[in-house]
Amino acid sequence: MSDSVLDPKFETLLRLGDNCLVLSQQLGLWCGHGPALEEDMALTNVALDLLGQARLWLSYAGEVEGQGRDEDALAYRRDGFEFRNLLLLEQPNGHYGDTVVRQFLFDSWHQHLLAALTRSTDPRIAAIADKAAREVRYHVERSSYLMVALGDGTAQSHDRMQASLETLWPYTGEWFEPDAVDAQSAKAGWAPAAGSLRDAWHASVDAVLARATLAKPAYAGHQRGGRQGLHSEHLGHLLTDLQFLQRAYPQAQW
Amino acid sequence: MSDNAVRREWPLWEIFIRSQHGLAHKHVGSLHAADGASAISHARDVYTRRNEGVSIWAVRAADIVASSPGDKEALFDPAQSKVYRHPTFFPTPDGVKNL
Repeated sequence: MSDSVLDPKFETLLRLGDNCLVLSQQLGLWCGHGPALEEDMALTNVALDLLGQARLWLSYAGEVEGQGRDEDALAYRRDGFEFRNLLLLEQPNGHYGDTVVRQFLFDSWHQHLLAALTRSTDPRIAAIADKAAREVRYHVERSSYLMVALGDGTAQSHDRMQASLETLWPYTGEWFEPDAVDAQSAKAGWAPAAGSLRDAWHASVDAVLARATLAKPAYAGHQRGGRQGLHSEHLGHLLTDLQFLQRAYPQAQW
Repeated sequence: MSDNAVRREWPLWEIFIRSQHGLAHKHVGSLHAADGASAISHARDVYTRRNEGVSIWAVRAADIVASSPGDKEALFDPAQSKVYRHPTFFPTPDGVKNL
């Protein structure tokens, strides 16, 4: 990572894989603590879907890098600054509404990203995206339903959802900002240009927010840096948990 | 649990899953959900995680009309003495397969 010249394909795959890995870990924290048994199961299913996707992306990333690192080495033995996930996904679970809003904002972006990735010039990327897209179609349906149920629920649930939305909204801006890696990746046709998903994402979000009677937050600057490895303090705490076993007992086998 | 708490629970739904095309839906269990759509998605998450089905029915438990256990004798005992209702008194013609 000290190398100043980044391999754009490796970086692109890390961005895809780390999003899934970090969100999966976060959702796993709800296991056994969900507001109802049915919600608990549903959220854990989503967590497992994302973990499966993370494995596919990170395995391929390891192959592309060619340094002998497999999915486990990338997941368990990288430091925070080497992670490439979006900042939104490392934000704490908060209350259930916070988790739902975070999930909805990500799912509705993830579906458009994966749809574009199925047209990747790299057949392996297209194949992984195709598999993941079918899972994510359900994720976005579920989180959209919950946005409407809670947003258009009681006065209290509406207000809490609106507050969650205001808190998390500033973390969505970085998704659409191109950088050098993104430009090279788009030029090669591996992945869509970051900005190209903006309109589709806004349209999806607008449709659900309208049904949920929630107001779209006014744009007021945003947090950036996740894809470049500049993270909030939350990621460190999350990785402490995620990586504990491999750090304490290196090479431990299950 | 007070009456109030009972009313605040999500209603109970009975879940039926068809494991493959051509077979009937079979009762697999019950769960709580706020409405029909969420009952289906909860059923998907709770009962089809291991590829159990191709179709889900959800029915409000309150909408199911059931026979009363107290009526068991009146309803079912009379059938016990009518063995002639079983199709076991006919010789099977030779050469008929798959009967």
